[in-house]
Amino acid sequence: MNLVEVKNLKTYFYSDEGVNRAVDDVSFEIPEGKTVCIVGESGSGKSITSLSIMQLIDKPGKIVEGEIIFDGVDLLKQDENYIRGIRGSKISMIFQEPMTSLNPSYTVGFQIDEVLKLHHKELDKKGRYERAIEALELVGMPYPEEKYNEYPFKLSGGQRQRVMIAMAMACEPKLLIADEPTTALDVTIQAQVLDLMNKLQDKKGTSILFITHDLGVVAQMADEVVVMYRGHIVEKASAKELFEDPRHPYTKALLNSIPVPGKHKRKSRLDTVDENIDYLQFPKEIR
Amino acid sequence: MQEFIKQYKKNKSAVVGFFIVVILVSMAIFAPWIAPHAPYDQNLADRLIPPMWEAGGKASYILGTDDFGRDLFSRIVYGARISLMVGAVSVGMSLTFGLVMGLMAGFFGGKIDLFIMRIVDIMLSIPAILLAIVVVSILGPSLINAMIAIGIVGIPTYARIVRASVMAEKEKEYVIASRVNGSGNLRLMFKVILPNAATPIIVQSTMGFASAVLEAAGLSFLGLGAQPPTPEWGAMLSDSLQFITTAPWMIFYPGLAIFFTVLGFNLVGDGLMDVLDPKLKDK
Repeated sequence: MNLVEVKNLKTYFYSDEGVNRAVDDVSFEIPEGKTVCIVGESGSGKSITSLSIMQLIDKPGKIVEGEIIFDGVDLLKQDENYIRGIRGSKISMIFQEPMTSLNPSYTVGFQIDEVLKLHHKELDKKGRYERAIEALELVGMPYPEEKYNEYPFKLSGGQRQRVMIAMAMACEPKLLIADEPTTALDVTIQAQVLDLMNKLQDKKGTSILFITHDLGVVAQMADEVVVMYRGHIVEKASAKELFEDPRHPYTKALLNSIPVPGKHKRKSRLDTVDENIDYLQFPKEIR
Repeated sequence: MQEFIKQYKKNKSAVVGFFIVVILVSMAIFAPWIAPHAPYDQNLADRLIPPMWEAGGKASYILGTDDFGRDLFSRIVYGARISLMVGAVSVGMSLTFGLVMGLMAGFFGGKIDLFIMRIVDIMLSIPAILLAIVVVSILGPSLINAMIAIGIVGIPTYARIVRASVMAEKEKEYVIASRVNGSGNLRLMFKVILPNAATPIIVQSTMGFASAVLEAAGLSFLGLGAQPPTPEWGAMLSDSLQFITTAPWMIFYPGLAIFFTVLGFNLVGDGLMDVLDPKLKDK
């Protein structure tokens, strides 16, 4: 069963210099309980695809065409109220910058409480508190009762990202969109956060749409991989297939630019993705 | 809060300002108990008596009397009430309108921003005192109309400050995060963004208080604000003009009161600016 089906999505940005086709005719599916990774360079349209699913495209951007079917309903045909009801409760999102993604004026607990208040009207104050502590424990936050009353500036980057994940998971969403959640974290914390997301997925059966440019992370997280290049999908395959048998020249170029111990000699030059080649000329490899 | 007090204490001039403000506020609240005479009590036998420490002064009139034999000290004490009220009302008024206008302009951007900011530009292009005179001449001279005039004059400043800090905050990821969690526009504006944009607003309000007091005194001095016999400091100044050579105390002490009020609020504003600076808060 597919939880999300994105069909022929086109999101364009209109400016004085013309139209920027940030996302141009993109289609993919997110099966229930699976992780789909979107990989690509900066500016390839990864984040815009995820923001389109959340309907968070502001002017001058516009979703021109396509369907986003979530749980059997086309989100693009629904009104703002319906989307607001879905945001936070059925689809949650984690951002790249944990330093700025929590509101500095309120305590951690207050912010989790607010999300719960909005989407779990049946819980009373005590129920919400217990739920929030539970969520903080779930993401492995040390001393959750103490951290509940802390302001974000007292937490480290990794702790803040945990809080973000706790907030995102507090309402047990069906889909979690993670937009480069580990880019701003150091490698050890990154591994912990990824591990945590995998565990939560096993426990709650959440589908994850994971956006990254780090192929190492893809290998660790993905069931399915979507490779994006300049607003198009150039290759789509299961993670295993993609790493064992990359078919599209762009995917090959991407994979070749990762340093592999043993394969690459010291002081030799690393392969790069050639900017002068228009990879769109090659046929798309959609498996 | 304790952190706040500790930081504030470091700034000595801000502490001085704080005490000036406290003295003023208590003068206003306890005026009937502090003032030895009623502010309107005329005693024509005791006209133009100098302050008590000068030759010919009387102990019952601490700062002397004016041309109607009213006790100057009592009038200044009661004047604190009026000045503080003028400050609070006009700042409150400019803040309310300025805040809403600035929030909307900064948050929605685009045409709404353009429309609101052009109104603000028009308001800014008119000299403050002139606009106040226009308002007062339409509505007639009285203290309330002067407060309205000063309130209107202050709106553009607040609107601009609020807009600027809202625009800076709006782009931060926690705002998007809150939208992702299902917050609507009103909630985003007032609950998510406003508390983070509040610092410059608080500082400007404190400083604005001082300038409102000054402007009210100015309007009253021109005869467009408080009308006699109201014990308003600016009005007291203009009443005493003709006695400037014979009874200089009549003009000196109300002027001193205005000076200290403005100084006090400005010092407090400066202190708050230092303390509330987000760069210091993180330390």
